[in-house]
Amino acid sequence: MDFGVVELSRLQFAATALFHFLFVPLTLGLAVIVAIMETVYVMTERPIWRQMTKFWGLLFGINFALGVATGITMEFQFGMNWAYYSHYVGDIFGAPLAIEGLMAFFLEATFVGLWFFGWDRLSRRQHLVVGWLVALGSNFSALWILIANGWMQFPVGAQFNPITMRMELVSFFEVMFNPVAQAKFVHTVSAGYVTASVFVLGVSAWYLLGGRHVELARRSIAVASAFGLASALSVVVLGDESGYDAGENQKMKMAAIEAMWETEPAPASFTLLGWPDQQARETKWAIHIPYVMGLIGTRSLTEEIKGIDQLEAEAKTRVENGIRAYDLMTQIQAQRGADVDPALIAAFREHEHDLGHALLLKRYVEDPRQATAEQIARAAADTVPTVWPIFWAFRIMVGLGFGFIVLMGYFFWRASFRRMRFPRWALRLAVLVIPAPWIAAELGWIVAEFGRQPWTVADVLPTALSVSHLSVAEVALTLAGFCLLYTALFVVEIGLMLKFIRQGPHEDVELTQRWMASHRQRLAGRPEVVR
Amino acid sequence: MILFELIPFEVLRLIWWVLLGVLLIAFALTDGFDMGTGALLPFVARSDAERRVVINTVGPVWEGNQVWFILGGGAIFAAWPPLYAVSFSGFYLAMFLILAALILRPVGFKYRSKRDDPRWRAMWDWALFIGGALPALLFGVAVGNVLLGVPFHLTPDLMPIYEGGLFGKLFGLLRPFALLCGLVSLAMLVMHGAGWLVLKTGGAVQARARRYGRGAALAVLAGYALAGLWLAFGIQGYAFVAPPDPNGPSNPLINEVVRSGSWLAAYAARPWIAVAPAMGFLGTFMAWRALSGRGELSPLLWSKLAIFGMISSVGLVMFPFILPSNSDPNSSLSVWDASSSQQTLFVMLVCGAIFLPLILAYTAWVYRVLWGKVTPEDVEDPDRHAY
Repeated sequence: MDFGVVELSRLQFAATALFHFLFVPLTLGLAVIVAIMETVYVMTERPIWRQMTKFWGLLFGINFALGVATGITMEFQFGMNWAYYSHYVGDIFGAPLAIEGLMAFFLEATFVGLWFFGWDRLSRRQHLVVGWLVALGSNFSALWILIANGWMQFPVGAQFNPITMRMELVSFFEVMFNPVAQAKFVHTVSAGYVTASVFVLGVSAWYLLGGRHVELARRSIAVASAFGLASALSVVVLGDESGYDAGENQKMKMAAIEAMWETEPAPASFTLLGWPDQQARETKWAIHIPYVMGLIGTRSLTEEIKGIDQLEAEAKTRVENGIRAYDLMTQIQAQRGADVDPALIAAFREHEHDLGHALLLKRYVEDPRQATAEQIARAAADTVPTVWPIFWAFRIMVGLGFGFIVLMGYFFWRASFRRMRFPRWALRLAVLVIPAPWIAAELGWIVAEFGRQPWTVADVLPTALSVSHLSVAEVALTLAGFCLLYTALFVVEIGLMLKFIRQGPHEDVELTQRWMASHRQRLAGRPEVVR
Repeated sequence: MILFELIPFEVLRLIWWVLLGVLLIAFALTDGFDMGTGALLPFVARSDAERRVVINTVGPVWEGNQVWFILGGGAIFAAWPPLYAVSFSGFYLAMFLILAALILRPVGFKYRSKRDDPRWRAMWDWALFIGGALPALLFGVAVGNVLLGVPFHLTPDLMPIYEGGLFGKLFGLLRPFALLCGLVSLAMLVMHGAGWLVLKTGGAVQARARRYGRGAALAVLAGYALAGLWLAFGIQGYAFVAPPDPNGPSNPLINEVVRSGSWLAAYAARPWIAVAPAMGFLGTFMAWRALSGRGELSPLLWSKLAIFGMISSVGLVMFPFILPSNSDPNSSLSVWDASSSQQTLFVMLVCGAIFLPLILAYTAWVYRVLWGKVTPEDVEDPDRHAY
């Protein structure tokens, strides 16, 4: 395998996935926020809520188009750039992707068109239901893609088949209810809600600073801060660290997040800040908080968290054991077609869970059985990811996460108990932090996926083995193509967003006046309300 | 007995082969007219108002239609992983071009009318044209290559290796027969798009759609017939040396394959499959007639029949092969040796059985709500037409 192809393919996947995820969180959250606003409109019939629905809906639409466009790439690039991965785990990984299409994409895409085109073709209630179906569809889509991704982090419910040379499904139930996947789902969807809340809050704050669209902006802040506070709490409390207890690779990821080089006696301390030095295997200038790590990582005071050195030593044993599994697999393959000796199968099953570790050796030697002791040590060392990006990405993400709680809590408090009066510094801050949730979300993916290295499927299939048989030139060409295309689209998208934010909502004066008149009449019928 | 063993592996594989066809046909029947409409956009609509009418005919539905393509990709991944791995990595640069063209569509639809600048709008009109015409052409080229066989082999570890250099792989796809298939596919979807525009528009746009549609239908008739003759006399088919075990493991290397005879030998073995090309010819001819007459719904319906017949005919003559290899026939992928495991196929079938009827039901409802023509007056009202 050509290592340049591996690196470029990783870069392309990272670039296209991170770019795709610029649009996904806003779609996830804004769909719900817009549906909430439309619900209020349908319940109260107040025109202002219809204006809010249409305005935020318009911005949702501009964002949604690029989410869809960049999502097309995601569905097909596994086959394009990760052919061996597709073959090796397609039996399990393909299913959630297909179900995502069946259950989520159709719902979302079929109704999103009707939502935009159906204002005068549907009754108010029907239109509202359509809006909620779009929100439901986008959230279902997050569920299935995270079931797929969760399986890559913690591959349950599957078994290797030496005749077909791939992982095959054993329990769909286990894949679906994978604890890692479930934790990731709640975490990711909540993060999307926070993103949209911060976006709505920030744009509304900008209107208030300029004294424009005050009615719309205040109501939007009320919705965004309430929804945002609940979501920001959910992101942190139900953060996906709860899934980090499962599986060796997740443990290594957690150790990297904490730059925990050696196993500490329980309960471990939490490294608040510091500089991880990969070479020396120590964290310089570290500030420790006792007990906290043990609590976060294991939810107990007595359980031990393994350090990187110990995990690497365990990986070495697994590589050695994996060579045995590889040998047995080769023997089974040699008997292909004939009846395979059941004793051989039984022996293979005993060592099977370490087969992936033998495949780590493929980077250094064609046949893992011929690996030298030095190569085995290198393969084991490969299981340690580069610590500093994970360490820092995690800290910035968590810092921002707590920041969102404070921000949303403050605005919720002002909106609920201080008659919607917001000091100008707070409004300015709300505008400034608009990009922050995107930074947090992208860093979250970097922790999850960079931290999973050197594997595509943890402990099963190494990244270096997963790529397609392509040339460096081919991947470089498409990488350049994607970068150009995406950059152009990004500029166009931001331009349109700014144009419509500047332009502001379309205020239907006639409709508002008509409603005001009828509302006054209604109040006139109830003298006790009229002051 | 375990639940998924209720249905034999062989039957599941057959069902998923049919479902693969169903998904690809559904994609061509629905998103096909979106792509045809995109390809026709610069020709049938001259003024900005006309173009907005054309774009708004597909505006509310193209997104749902495109999901048939996404689902097709997901279903190939889930049910036929080797096909997914070999074809998408093998057709690498061609796939990139298709994706790039398809990426232009969502943004083209959504963003075109959001600025008044005529240059801005002209740019997106071309983007929509490319997003319609290029994939329509390339999908046909891909089908042509599948019939010819493509140069790949599987290593004993089942790693697919597709032969050829950087541009050799891309230009290697542009063989004369494959190009012919590409043109047939483009003409077919243009005919389909014309049928859609006849239904959804009126006046000058409708008249032009009829004219271009007729030309496309004639091109389909000629091209499809020529491709049939070419297949009969110029292209070798593939055959198994020994009948494969339909319940065997999914490892293509187990079965030995040779090139022999013609694909069209399938018509001798299973005469009933001649129904498919008959539908292709009949549907195209009747679509041509309907486009010449006054019917507004009939061109679209006949064109649907034509597409159904033509795509089915490709799958049926190749059965049980789904992706033959011309450089190493033993690596050829077939229904019997390139599927997912029995359990995955079963789980996916259950999901499909639950969700496909639901999808069809709500899609039908959406089309019903949106029934009716789009007029130049409508597109001025933002409540009625968003693009």
